Amino acid sequence: MHLKTELQGYRLPVPGTQPDYLHPAYVSSIKRAPTQPLVSIPQTLSEITGPQFAAEEVSPCIFDLTRQHKGSPLGERMIVTGRVLDEDARPIAHTLVELWQANAAGRYLHTIDQHDAPLDPNFTGCGHTLTDAEGRYRFITIKPGCYPWRNHYNAWRPAHIHFSLFGPAFATRLVTQMYFPGDPLLASDPVYNCTADEEARKRLISVFDWETTVPETALGYRFDIVLRGREQTPMEGSE
Amino acid sequence: MKLNATTSQTVGPFFDIGLRRFCCADLAAPGVSGERITIEGRVLDGDGVPVPDALLEIWQANAQGKYAHSDDTQALPIEPAFKGYGRIATDDQGRFRILTIKPGPVPGPQGSMQAPHIVVSVFMRGLLKRLATRIYFPGDPHHANDPVLALVDPARRATLIAKAASRDRGNLHWDVILQGPGETVFFNC
Repeated sequence: MHLKTELQGYRLPVPGTQPDYLHPAYVSSIKRAPTQPLVSIPQTLSEITGPQFAAEEVSPCIFDLTRQHKGSPLGERMIVTGRVLDEDARPIAHTLVELWQANAAGRYLHTIDQHDAPLDPNFTGCGHTLTDAEGRYRFITIKPGCYPWRNHYNAWRPAHIHFSLFGPAFATRLVTQMYFPGDPLLASDPVYNCTADEEARKRLISVFDWETTVPETALGYRFDIVLRGREQTPMEGSE
Repeated sequence: MKLNATTSQTVGPFFDIGLRRFCCADLAAPGVSGERITIEGRVLDGDGVPVPDALLEIWQANAQGKYAHSDDTQALPIEPAFKGYGRIATDDQGRFRILTIKPGPVPGPQGSMQAPHIVVSVFMRGLLKRLATRIYFPGDPHHANDPVLALVDPARRATLIAKAASRDRGNLHWDVILQGPGETVFFNC
């Protein structure tokens, strides 16, 4: 059965702007990165479609990570907001954004996190939301702490928040991390530094924003996320 | 093009707290049409050690070969009870189990048809970006003409095809092998 409309695929990344699988400075990649080259395939209907999430699947209050328990979590309250765009700067509306992070002491509410820092009974550290019609999202949370890990001697992860997005297609799936401006740990972090292109790395650093900052309430950080854009021409051979 | 896509970063070891909410290991709600299948397997690293902190996401068409997505313009029915999306974390033995239905064949490039398949994203600590692969079904006559399998070294194609796990043809086995002999084929797409 032929498709009635032309299928437009999604662009491949600009060289250097995405990490390679093997990045030896990030020790966990050594036994987990594939050793055979990827097989390049055309995007088909299977790759240009992907799961979509409706408003009724999303809990309306879960964008506010400071109000998921009886009390307020400890830490520096912050608002993180931004737009989800494609590479042509068009907003991606009504797409799912999931987020997770450590608490202010640098501890995750996870059984395998054994870092000797306190859990916060008032902080779970996860949230999700759908972008609005202009591609905007907004979370209220606390600034996550830095924490040690065993990648190398005296290794510490810079403060970061994990983001997960689907976008319109299987091809646009993205998981990334947001960092904070001026963090002295960025220079030595192998995860942040896995990407060759310096400008691409810097785009993972959020921007402190007075416009987002609410007086006497919360500091504001802006973090825009860009998902792969459509090819300009229809996919080869589609009709 | 005005912008570049944001750089991918690893999901890390603690993704469960953030991604649990939209986990779904059973896609085949009562009333969904199609042949019920179970796909079980393990994720193994370069030492053959099971990966206890991997996450698989799957995306598939329904039994008629229709995706629940607006870019699928085929004149075929969508089933409201079948979304085609699954997300499954491996257990402490690196195992996963997916309950779904066998998808129908879907169109490929240049008027071709693709053999029934499920597309898969693999995430884990140590992976700086997701791995994309596919699950095909054993003994399907469409394999010979599948435009994606045709691009894969014949010696490696078997890594993409689930195996019958028992005489019940709905019980399938499929592993993700990250490195070494039998390394799973992963795609750039």
